[in-house]
Amino acid sequence: MRLAAPETVTFTQSGFCPGCGHGLAVRLIAEVMEEMGLSEKLLAVVDVACGSLNIDSWRFDTIMAAHGRPIATAVGVKKVRPGNLVMAYIGDGAAYSIGMAETMHTALRNDNVVALVINNSLYGMTGGQCAPTSLPGQITTSTPKGKDPKKAGMPFRVEEAFTGFDIAYLARASMADAKGMIQAKKYVRKAFEKHRNGEGFCLVELLSPCPTNLNMTPVKSVRRIKDEMIPYFPLGEFKDKKREE
Amino acid sequence: MAKEIICAGFGGQGVLTAGMLLINAGMEQNKNVLFYPSYGSEMRGGTANCTVKISENLIASPVSKSPDILFTMNTPAIDKFEERVKPGGLLLVNSSIVPADRSYRSDIQVIKVPVTEIAAEENNPKGANLVMLGALAANSDLFSIEYMESAIVSFFEKKGKGKFNEKNTACYRRGVEGR
Amino acid sequence: MAKVLLKGNEALAEAALAAGCRFYSGYPITPQTEILEYLSWRMEEVGGEFIQAESELAGINMVLGAAAAGARALTTSSGPGFSLKQEGISYLVASDLPAVIVDVMRIGTGLGDIAQGQGDYWQLTRGGGHGDYHTLVLAPASVQENADMMAEAFDLAEKYRHPVLIASDAAIGQMIEAVEIPEFREHDINKYEWTIKGCKKGCEQRKIQNVYYTNPNYETYLKEKYDEMEREEQRYENVCVEDAEVVLVAYGISSRVCREAVETARAEGFKLGMIRPITLWPFPVKAFSEAKEAKAFLTVEMNILGQMMDDVKLATNANYAVDHYGSIFEIPEADGIIAKAKDMWKKGEI
Repeated sequence: MRLAAPETVTFTQSGFCPGCGHGLAVRLIAEVMEEMGLSEKLLAVVDVACGSLNIDSWRFDTIMAAHGRPIATAVGVKKVRPGNLVMAYIGDGAAYSIGMAETMHTALRNDNVVALVINNSLYGMTGGQCAPTSLPGQITTSTPKGKDPKKAGMPFRVEEAFTGFDIAYLARASMADAKGMIQAKKYVRKAFEKHRNGEGFCLVELLSPCPTNLNMTPVKSVRRIKDEMIPYFPLGEFKDKKREE
Repeated sequence: MAKEIICAGFGGQGVLTAGMLLINAGMEQNKNVLFYPSYGSEMRGGTANCTVKISENLIASPVSKSPDILFTMNTPAIDKFEERVKPGGLLLVNSSIVPADRSYRSDIQVIKVPVTEIAAEENNPKGANLVMLGALAANSDLFSIEYMESAIVSFFEKKGKGKFNEKNTACYRRGVEGR
Repeated sequence: MAKVLLKGNEALAEAALAAGCRFYSGYPITPQTEILEYLSWRMEEVGGEFIQAESELAGINMVLGAAAAGARALTTSSGPGFSLKQEGISYLVASDLPAVIVDVMRIGTGLGDIAQGQGDYWQLTRGGGHGDYHTLVLAPASVQENADMMAEAFDLAEKYRHPVLIASDAAIGQMIEAVEIPEFREHDINKYEWTIKGCKKGCEQRKIQNVYYTNPNYETYLKEKYDEMEREEQRYENVCVEDAEVVLVAYGISSRVCREAVETARAEGFKLGMIRPITLWPFPVKAFSEAKEAKAFLTVEMNILGQMMDDVKLATNANYAVDHYGSIFEIPEADGIIAKAKDMWKKGEI
């Protein structure tokens, strides 16, 4: 096992909270790029939410796009630079709430971009409001008495909505422990391989801790993923369209 | 001075094509030309009209408040636009469709041609608009009869439809004769 | 190239391709839809990318990505759809990105209607989206200008790394005139170092984001950028302004009628003139110094509130009578304009 971080991780002062999952995802992406030998090819589009801090955490050419629009922006980039890898890095609020139309229509067109969706079950940047992925009963700053599914609906499970689309890849992994990270890395790598092969839209959702907004210690926040999130958000590959020869 | 023409009729009667033929003829003489169609919901319901302006000078508005020529292919077109025609102007009427007993303004010239029947006789039912263009050329000083015919021929050639020109000019010439 | 007969919208679309535009994403809305329809087949022929986006929001944000990647990118809309573009336009400005956005204006607030209008002047010239910005705005008045302004718009957008808007309207978009499409030019997506293309090992990473983050002197940088635009890019056409006693101020389709009004009035001995802003922003303040004999200014716009009057008052230091001849649904007519101008002139005499 190698310990040195990839060249593309900057180690500049990061704005992430202690115990945040974004840093893990940054390293994971950087490692996959390095292992595939494609670090110089990746063009990233980040959302303006917490994931926007990635622009300073990695050395990939990066656009910080409007909230909910990074996938649309990534489609624009890919059309102009088909020889590059293009990834939209966004949260669950961007992907499944304000940017749902963009996510769905990119899936409908099976545009050849990668979407990495960080699911922490809440809105992080704005201070922990209810998200489409918040669990029933979850206390947030906009559901102080707990999320009521009768009012806000049940948490959104991407596999229930997206497996019907003719997309290349759809998977979910957890960043709660080493085992989860190994699975996450495998899925992310597979997504980029399919993307490189021009197979179409690949969406990987990563369950991620947010101790600050959950008012938990980092350890508890990670345990919550295993105890509460995974039972609701199953891990695995939901769509793995074989490359058409 | 600008010549202003309104072409109007049912959709499918070729009024927009007639307008295009007129501005193409103007353009090939290096005149300023403008064509303004009705668009959007105005197009629904089967009526079509367009305004055409042809001038040596710059053209101002795309709208014609008082056209010199009103090129109509049906009764609703006359109902809608007759009152706008400039005194002394020309109204072209499709007598195949419009009742013979209809009365018109007395201060304009009215030319009635059975263009639908003529086009059918020429085995070119889509050429009714060309019959009417013949009548227009014969009854106005917009373009000479020969020049209008050559401009029609070149228009369809540019569109890759030159093989219909014989049939088309036959219609046009019947319109010049007026019967 | 020989003249051809094209609809304003189609001429604009073809001219965009001639200017090297190879990316378009838009959404249908009358009266600009012909641009989208035309590019749906024509873009492919020239090797570019066309996307019918799921919404104007997606369309403008795709344009942002394409622009960051180095393409000459275009989107077009009208009225309600143009409002939805504002989010992306604000982001384009914030990120120092060039792009061209066309508003084929229709009348009204909310849904309004599909008839020609000029009611988006404030939205076009005052930023339109959130924040503290202007965009350059070019206002064509003919099908030929629809074509000629595309290359200029892209050039200006790149010169300033800033979005440029084209303020067309339904009349110019829908009318057909004889037009000469400018010659085709190639655009290299690697022309500029700042476009994202992949970060080579050991090289500096390219970041496309709010200049507040990337430029420590952003305050001075932005102020100077807008100052330079105001100084360098005012474009206008003056028609019989020097000795005019009343000066019309009009752009786009209205300016054509005003030109006719000036000719008619002068034939009757009434000294009427016209200032025609070609850039709506920066507003052509310079044009007004030529109006030495003017007693009054009359804007002619297809809206109710006379949106351009504020700019005319500022350009004339509020020293003159300024009024508005408005029309909605209908294109203004020369007779009415002349009558109102004469009325203002008489009041000025007393």
